[in-house]
Amino acid sequence: MRYKLLAAIASIMVLVAVLSVGCTTTDDSDSSATRLDTVTERGNLIAAGRTDLPGFGFLREDGSNAGFDIDLARAVAAAIFGDGSSLEVVPISAAERGPTIQGGEVDVLTRNVTWTTSRDAQWGNFTNVMFYDGQGFMVRANSGFDHATDLNGITVCVTSGTTTESNLADYFRQNGFSLDTVVFEDSASVYGAYEEGRCDAATSDKSQLAAIRSGLQNPNDHKILPETISKEPLTPAVPHGDDSWFDLVKLVMYVLVNAEELGVTQANVEASKSSDSIPVRKLLGVEGSFGQADVGLSDDFAVDVIKAVGNYGEIYDRYMGPNGESFTLPRGPNELWNNGGLIYAPPAK
Amino acid sequence: MVLYRKGIPIWRDTKIISWAAQILSTILVISLLVFLISNLLNAANNRGFSLGFDFIHQEAGFPISESVVDYKESDSFLHAFYVGILNTIRVAVIGIFFATILGTLLGIARVSTNWALKNLSLVYVEIFRNIPLLVQLFFWYFIIFQSFPKVQDAISLPGGIYLSNRGIFLPNLVFSTESAITLFACGCLIILMIFSLYKITALPETYFARIKRILVYMASAITIVILVYVLTTQLQVSIDTPELGKFNFEGGLRITPEFAALLLGLTIYTASFIAEIVRAGIQSVPKGQYESAYALGLSKTETLKLIILPQALKVIIPPMINQYLNLSKNSSLAIAIGYPDAFFVGRTMINQAGRAVPIFGMVMLCYGLISLMWSVMGNLFNRKTNVGRN
Repeated sequence: MRYKLLAAIASIMVLVAVLSVGCTTTDDSDSSATRLDTVTERGNLIAAGRTDLPGFGFLREDGSNAGFDIDLARAVAAAIFGDGSSLEVVPISAAERGPTIQGGEVDVLTRNVTWTTSRDAQWGNFTNVMFYDGQGFMVRANSGFDHATDLNGITVCVTSGTTTESNLADYFRQNGFSLDTVVFEDSASVYGAYEEGRCDAATSDKSQLAAIRSGLQNPNDHKILPETISKEPLTPAVPHGDDSWFDLVKLVMYVLVNAEELGVTQANVEASKSSDSIPVRKLLGVEGSFGQADVGLSDDFAVDVIKAVGNYGEIYDRYMGPNGESFTLPRGPNELWNNGGLIYAPPAK
Repeated sequence: MVLYRKGIPIWRDTKIISWAAQILSTILVISLLVFLISNLLNAANNRGFSLGFDFIHQEAGFPISESVVDYKESDSFLHAFYVGILNTIRVAVIGIFFATILGTLLGIARVSTNWALKNLSLVYVEIFRNIPLLVQLFFWYFIIFQSFPKVQDAISLPGGIYLSNRGIFLPNLVFSTESAITLFACGCLIILMIFSLYKITALPETYFARIKRILVYMASAITIVILVYVLTTQLQVSIDTPELGKFNFEGGLRITPEFAALLLGLTIYTASFIAEIVRAGIQSVPKGQYESAYALGLSKTETLKLIILPQALKVIIPPMINQYLNLSKNSSLAIAIGYPDAFFVGRTMINQAGRAVPIFGMVMLCYGLISLMWSVMGNLFNRKTNVGRN
């Protein structure tokens, strides 16, 4: 009886060993397929975004996804499929961003995510800074707070799993201030609790505070303090492990910036094809090449991208410009480099 | 080794079939596990995320809104997680305590002969058992606790208690360390005294017993005199009352709305299940048992204590432990209303440290251990009370 059992266990172990070797080898062959192949075969681009932040990622009344971040993802979809409609947006919370991009469940993460060195090492590859932001505080207008340095001893509402959360702690610790926090995973809860008076202040990236303030019951009862306590470069990210896909998404981001710099817009893109400016003709794939084929894109993908979403400035103005759909936020550091801002892209050559 | 018995074809031999089935299912389970694990390792390798635990001694860097022990942002991830575990245990233990009391009272009310009591209890059970816990938590937190007045116009209750949407503020008794030790010693003495007094009532009427009894009475009298003296003169107690500071109440004992809402939600929800379990336990004892007890001349209390409860407990305890497990695990819904329990802190750590796999492992282990602890305690208690049938 004992031998029987031993024999059975031994045979199971042998079988398992054989099977596991089999499993591992099939896995390796699976992961050799590039993400571009996977995306093309699937027929759509999956982007992790949000649906609850005016300006950056929200739902229009007809239920369609819109926003600055969403349009960046749409540009990638347009580059691959020729039009921006083959885009699926998966709404995730701030705390889900890391695991989602680490697990490679989505092709691109465009959910106002701050590029930090440790995230770059752990989460995925960060492409090109598309929005320069910084953390600020929103307080009630009648609270008597005028500066971030007045905030010693207050209660602050903040979203969990964000850089904001640790910047907040660092800022108060640096200044020797005492701090009470109320932390939620869901940003609607954060601002709901702030509005009800659970907290004296809410903190986040200033662009986000501007967006939220515009949606509060009485925006004028709230103000955003002038200080900026952190650097928040918002950057689309892709999963680790596929250099070619990383290059592709970067290339699309560069096209958006370069198109604004060269004055190519949604309206004049067709006409620009016959422009006599060499950089414009190169960008639109009329002559030369700037690496399109090497990442697996068509020569004139820039035309499709600009037709679908416009150039960088057009995307910005659509949501946050003077007549923006969501609110108005001066471009400030998000002006082009040759216009006093920080937005810059390598030349398309 | 005989692989088959004479006359029975292999495919009909129950012995061989059962062996084959066992080997096959074991292979399936193990190969599934191997597949999942190798898939994880592969993914970790390809996408470059780490599965190691080396991060736990790094600085956590994020704030935690409430903690039983000291916590600073500069403490390690491990300490942050420990804070989360303590918060989970705190809400679970207090929740189980109140849910048991409330549930038992409701369960007894359900079988009461008082019409109003019985139906009130029925309505309670049907309302709170049938609404999802998450919905109830949102209700308590966002509808009830958030609509309390702002700190500046807090409701002031007699005894220095204040209610506001920043929490419930209570006066707190503050003892010096020596006083706390003295108080603890007094408590032990009182328990010992009550225990001895209880023991001697059960002694038979013998000469020794009488001497013992006299000794215990004398000892008790002396103890009481000492206790009165110590408690009235030796204790240094101050009362720390909450006072409105610049932004918030300062001093006193503070119950945050997040904790209060979670505790209330868990207690009320779980009590509705416990009520049904207690009712089932009581009703499982046949009517004949009551009748026999009364026929033997036992009083109502004696009947309940000696006949009904021991039999009802057998039915009550196993499902009761299930409810304790449920409450402990349901406390992870705290994440929705901002109470920093083990799961919430774990989620934040995943983001700040970027180590989803090891941290999820830690979180699962933590809930597993808490649940196992309840199971072991419940089983021990069950064995103690397992009398009568079987």
